[in-house]
Amino acid sequence: MQSTAHAFKDNVGTALADPNLQDSLAKLKVGFSERRRQAAERLPEFEALRDRARDIKNHTLANLDFYLEEFERKVLALGGHVHWAPTAADARRIIADLCRSVGAKTVAKSKSMVAEEIALNEHLEALGIAPIETDLGEYIIQLRHEPPSHIIAPAVHLTKDQVADTFLEHHRKLGFDKRLTERNDLVAEARYVLRQKFLDADVGLTGANFLVAETGSSMLVTNEGNADLSNTLPKMHIVLASIEKVIPTLEDAAVLLRVLARSATGQESSAYTTLNTGPKRPGDLDGPEQYHVVLLDNGRSGVLGTEMQDILRCIRCGACMNHCPVYGAVGGHAYGWVYPGPMGAVLTPQLVGVEEASNLPNASTFCGRCESVCPVRIPLPKLMRHWREREFERHLTPKAVRQGLALWSFVARRPGLYRGLTTIANRVLSLFGRVEGRYHSLPLAGGWTRFRDFPAPPPGGTFHAQWKAGRKRP
Amino acid sequence: MSADRSQILNGIRRSLQRGELAGDGLKDVQSRLAQPPRGPTVARAQLAPADKVALFCQWAEFNNASVARVSAADVPGEVTGFLARNNLPANVAMAPSPLLEGYDWASQKMLSIRRGRGEGDDQVSITGAFAGIAETGTLVMASGPDHPVSLNLLPDTHVVVLREADIVGGYEDVWGRLRERYGKDRMPRTVNTITGPSRTGDIEQTIELGAHGPRRMHILVVRE
Amino acid sequence: MVPSVSNSSENLHPPPRRVALFVTCLVDLFRPAVGFAAIKLLEEAGCTVEVPPLQVCCGQPAYNTGDRATTRAIAMQVMDAFEGYDAVVAPSGSCGGMLSHHYPGLFDDDPALKARAENLAGRSYELISFLVDVLGVKKVAAHYDGAVTYHDSCSGLRELGVKEQPRQLLGSVQGLELREMKTPEVCCGFGGTFCVKYPEISNAMVGEKSADITASGAGTLLAGDLGCLMNMAGKLQREGSAVRVRHVAEVLAGMGDLPAIGEPETGAR
Repeated sequence: MQSTAHAFKDNVGTALADPNLQDSLAKLKVGFSERRRQAAERLPEFEALRDRARDIKNHTLANLDFYLEEFERKVLALGGHVHWAPTAADARRIIADLCRSVGAKTVAKSKSMVAEEIALNEHLEALGIAPIETDLGEYIIQLRHEPPSHIIAPAVHLTKDQVADTFLEHHRKLGFDKRLTERNDLVAEARYVLRQKFLDADVGLTGANFLVAETGSSMLVTNEGNADLSNTLPKMHIVLASIEKVIPTLEDAAVLLRVLARSATGQESSAYTTLNTGPKRPGDLDGPEQYHVVLLDNGRSGVLGTEMQDILRCIRCGACMNHCPVYGAVGGHAYGWVYPGPMGAVLTPQLVGVEEASNLPNASTFCGRCESVCPVRIPLPKLMRHWREREFERHLTPKAVRQGLALWSFVARRPGLYRGLTTIANRVLSLFGRVEGRYHSLPLAGGWTRFRDFPAPPPGGTFHAQWKAGRKRP
Repeated sequence: MSADRSQILNGIRRSLQRGELAGDGLKDVQSRLAQPPRGPTVARAQLAPADKVALFCQWAEFNNASVARVSAADVPGEVTGFLARNNLPANVAMAPSPLLEGYDWASQKMLSIRRGRGEGDDQVSITGAFAGIAETGTLVMASGPDHPVSLNLLPDTHVVVLREADIVGGYEDVWGRLRERYGKDRMPRTVNTITGPSRTGDIEQTIELGAHGPRRMHILVVRE
Repeated sequence: MVPSVSNSSENLHPPPRRVALFVTCLVDLFRPAVGFAAIKLLEEAGCTVEVPPLQVCCGQPAYNTGDRATTRAIAMQVMDAFEGYDAVVAPSGSCGGMLSHHYPGLFDDDPALKARAENLAGRSYELISFLVDVLGVKKVAAHYDGAVTYHDSCSGLRELGVKEQPRQLLGSVQGLELREMKTPEVCCGFGGTFCVKYPEISNAMVGEKSADITASGAGTLLAGDLGCLMNMAGKLQREGSAVRVRHVAEVLAGMGDLPAIGEPETGAR
């Protein structure tokens, strides 16, 4: 998808003025964090599992080449195929060729953020192949021609009424001409419509939560069962996964699964966790005849060994955005590309360029709530700060900020001058603010006083001045 | 093709500032693969057999499945009774498995059984299960000629017959059983681990059952 | 009313006696009372407090803008200013955390400076956690009438583990009732330069915070970081709220009778 990350500030304005979005976010902020907290409390070993999950991912990244080759060896041994895609364009070409090799008209797609990353749908549509999103949330936003606003809950920005309107508009031609008002009716209608699409699809395309090197299996975690239908019914199953999804063994998967669902939705376990290994076997009554795994790099190998490497541990649970007050204020679309929230603020500059996405790592208070819930303990604030450092080094930091900072640092490095200037500032601010105790507007502080009063210092001078004068109480 | 492969693998090695793994480094990862280390022990996955069964039932119900504990002789009757209690049709699609054939289905005159894979308009399926995981009330289904995957997914209602002896503590116990049954390097085509009925929270973050897979799951836990 | 601090007898180590107060820029300029309150609390816990005159800023504005060179220069200045003290104490989780958690990482390429930074980090503290965790203070003898609610500022909470310490001491203040917000741990939207770089987002965050504060029913809001306090006070006052906003140290030191943040001096009106 086309990035609008450069327009972050405009996107924020739109988001804050959208009452439907604000309603949805109000619910998200309470619901996800409360459910995660309860799930973590039900499992006494949760924190120890987070440590191990981090260590497993670090071990894998340090030996990534080995585990990818091992994974490939196992897939080939069981009759599957592995395709290596250095870039997004390579992955699109590989997948399109596979679809055309079986004369595919439709592709049943299970939610894949990597497919969003490489803009797969647009590419397939241009070739006359219809991708059908089958995750309910993805299906809704595909009908509305919107990008996902959350990595595990893509339609979380919409209300039930908006979904009802969308279904009425698109399902009327299928004979559903009644506007629905109940959630379960909306789910049932989507189930009915999509069931036929599953049965008709020539190719099933899924992502992968993990690739298990030990067994050559792709592992998928869902609640709806759509991924399982996608990898069972069509004659070809394509798995699209980025290279850092590989993990060594099934035992490692057990650790990661225990933290994934609890961090994501607060469930003890998602409804479906599925391991697929190669194509259908002799004697099987169902399953795909062909099994292909497309391994996408798209810049990730270049992140290894850098100060940003920790982001490659991410298992895409969404906990960081569920707990982020900035995401909670503006939602996912404001971030302007595929990955929103704190993990997106770190990943997007890597994938679309720091010039395009310069706002994202800056739009954070570094409150640290994301890091405190991350199941693989990614130091997200630290990584966002690294992006700010790179921006500063490359002179991408806005001019006004740079100039202000230069002036401030000139003063801050000269204690005598600093003391003199703060004495003056303190005197002026306390003098003119004396009657009210605060300012309703202040020159050069419009960003503050547009929404807030600015407290004036009380009379008497700065702390240092008073202390020097021997006072023991203000 | 192989140029792309080398490009990615060499890119990784360049970033990690080393060549292909060799020597002790290689031995370490190879032995880690051969003898996978377990993660931190989860206490509730370490129970005695009887407690495992109870814990399995508790979590399965927590995750919106219904559970009936029955003797082998009562399996067919419980299936018929469950269908009747819920006003479900007596036409069922059943997995062609030796385990299920061991029960006396002929005793249920009302039941009409089709053996085979799942079809798009199936209302009820009956399958066995490779294992049950007590830790989370999860069923493990291994695909094969005796267990088509489509039966786990297409019908509205999924009835699962699980022997008590097949209930294990945690995920690691299932991996052990899979390696024992199929060989360390040879998983079945599909292993579905299923925890309760299909669900979605995609509309207003409120859980609705039966998104694409079964909206109802009934588990018969069979006493030995 | 003379507040006094009682020492715990079960304190294992002798407390660091010679303590330097890191005043912080905001306290120096906008709320000197916090500095005096900190000194009072420390002295009554048995410390000798000095205020090194060469101290300025901890460098966070540069650090969080990505300007490492300036941050390092300022950090070296801070290390000089606080050389030789048993402990460096700041009435702020964010400035305290800067010294104790972020300075060493600035000097990864220079072992000598890194050792100095680690030395400073090892003796730098946030005020309330220093009182409770290091000095073993269990109660204060202050008095404050009314219900208060306490906001957990992010750096103090998540970098330094300041959570129960202020609540424990507030529990000993006579006349004070603590009424928790629903989400005291959610950021108020200050974030240093964030609040002026992204004022709309900051406003949405602090608006939600002020609603939570109001819903608690408390007449006073307390926290341990002046930046957060000024942000929340400014929002509450713009909304016409009667909630009074103070630094937690002021109440613990018995200085709760001063005009609150953003309020005029008595009689100035």
